[in-house]
Amino acid sequence: MSEQTRRTFLQTLGSVGAASAVLGWPALGFGAGADGRVVVVGGGFGGASCAKYLKRLAPDLEVTLIEPNAQFVTCPFSNAVLGGLYDLDFITHDYTALRTKHGVEVVHSTVTAIDPSAKSVQLDDGSSRSWDRLVVSPGIALRWGAIEGYDESASVAMPHAWKAGGQTLLLRRQLEAMPDGGVVVMSAPRDPFRCPPGPYERASLIAHYLKQAKPRSKILLFDAKETFSKKPLFEQGWQALYPGMIEWIPESRGGAIEAVDVAGMTVQPTFGEAQKGDVVNIIPPQTAGRIAVDAGLADDTGWCPVDQRTFESRTHPGIHVIGDAAIANPMPKSGFSASSQGKVCAMAIVAALRGETMPEPSYVNTCYSLVGPDYGISIAAVYRIGDSGIMGVEGAGGVSPADADAAFRRDEARYAVGWYQSTTADIWS
Amino acid sequence: MHHAIALRLSLTAGVILLSFGPAAAAEELSQGGMLSASCAGCHGTDGRSPGAIPDISGKSAEFIRTALEEFRSGKRPSTVMGRHAKGYTDEEMRLIAEYFEQNGGRP
Repeated sequence: MSEQTRRTFLQTLGSVGAASAVLGWPALGFGAGADGRVVVVGGGFGGASCAKYLKRLAPDLEVTLIEPNAQFVTCPFSNAVLGGLYDLDFITHDYTALRTKHGVEVVHSTVTAIDPSAKSVQLDDGSSRSWDRLVVSPGIALRWGAIEGYDESASVAMPHAWKAGGQTLLLRRQLEAMPDGGVVVMSAPRDPFRCPPGPYERASLIAHYLKQAKPRSKILLFDAKETFSKKPLFEQGWQALYPGMIEWIPESRGGAIEAVDVAGMTVQPTFGEAQKGDVVNIIPPQTAGRIAVDAGLADDTGWCPVDQRTFESRTHPGIHVIGDAAIANPMPKSGFSASSQGKVCAMAIVAALRGETMPEPSYVNTCYSLVGPDYGISIAAVYRIGDSGIMGVEGAGGVSPADADAAFRRDEARYAVGWYQSTTADIWS
Repeated sequence: MHHAIALRLSLTAGVILLSFGPAAAAEELSQGGMLSASCAGCHGTDGRSPGAIPDISGKSAEFIRTALEEFRSGKRPSTVMGRHAKGYTDEEMRLIAEYFEQNGGRP
């Protein structure tokens, strides 16, 4: 609103303060964008997508994105960094375009508390922000101690690398320092967890590195599950590219790790013998990100129940939870899904603030995994709202064909890189 | 008095509402926009792809609709598009095709 308009409006309101209170015009809060004010907590795939698409849909909306880090390092393609295919720069993005091109106010700070009744968030710099709608996209928190002995300090000796950045580089350095003939021990958690195909892509790309640099080495992949995403495709790829190098140990054969001993570099399954590793990568059980749990947005499962049409919290109206933290199954906890949810949520919020009906939601997931640099596989799904929430459209989606030839796998490896570049450009540029 | 207040309020509100109107570049809150946001995940914002995924920004509606239909039927071979296209109806494909034709030039 122009200064002149604002002044006129203030005078009008001033002269009829009581009347305006009765009429209830709080949405026209001063200083707020004309469409209102939205605060987004977390600048990952979900939050950054939501912030950008909110501004595209409603340029007058005041959108503030609160993210602790000046740069965001993506988990997608972090396994390719571990495998030596890319450096960390390739998976590092910043908020310049969101700020300058899309008009999002980006604040590098940590939200310490959410007050649903006052509609405000408290930041660790002592300031606070108020909102008409709040979007919480905090990703995951690692459940320290869920595996006995595996706490944050243990993750120095035994990296999780399930939040990308320093942990990714740490695990890479440990792989580089490992002698040929060494054993890499990995531990994958039960569902649900962030990036269902992630542990298996990781085993693949570590094997790719070891095959070149330390061909006598082995990867033992302990798993608390009996099956995993794209399993037949991964196993086919392992057989083709790294025969005998990766051993997958399901829960029924002692795959569930219940304790670690950092000093001895061993993992202890629920039954069977302890296993020593030269490098140990523990992907621990997870919950919704800390702020979501602290704010009472999560239920007993540790994840946040939402109206899957709008992603509005089931516990706190006016607050939306998207991405890994939200219960959005059958959508997987993937960055791509989080981005899709961020866009749907943006449309739900703009519609709600304007008192319009939102378009019928349409969601998508596409996840590529690299089994090797020239060997890609994918899983895809299109989702709609059904009677019981999000559901996959029947007949659509699915995984890459089992009988594809080498050219098909090579094309999918090339598309995997293009997919990464497009989706990150759709979010951070 | 009350009439005067109401008049002033509504006049003021009128001015404000005009200034509320989305800027020319704003994306419409539409079914086509909703559906097309899914495509942007792999093809880039408004279909502008920076990498190996085909750029569909500004392609004609006819081109996109035909491609989607042929991916869906299998007439046009693909790695993943066949799996995606099976998730959309004729009408949805029409909305998607129109969206990318109309929104190709947006910054």
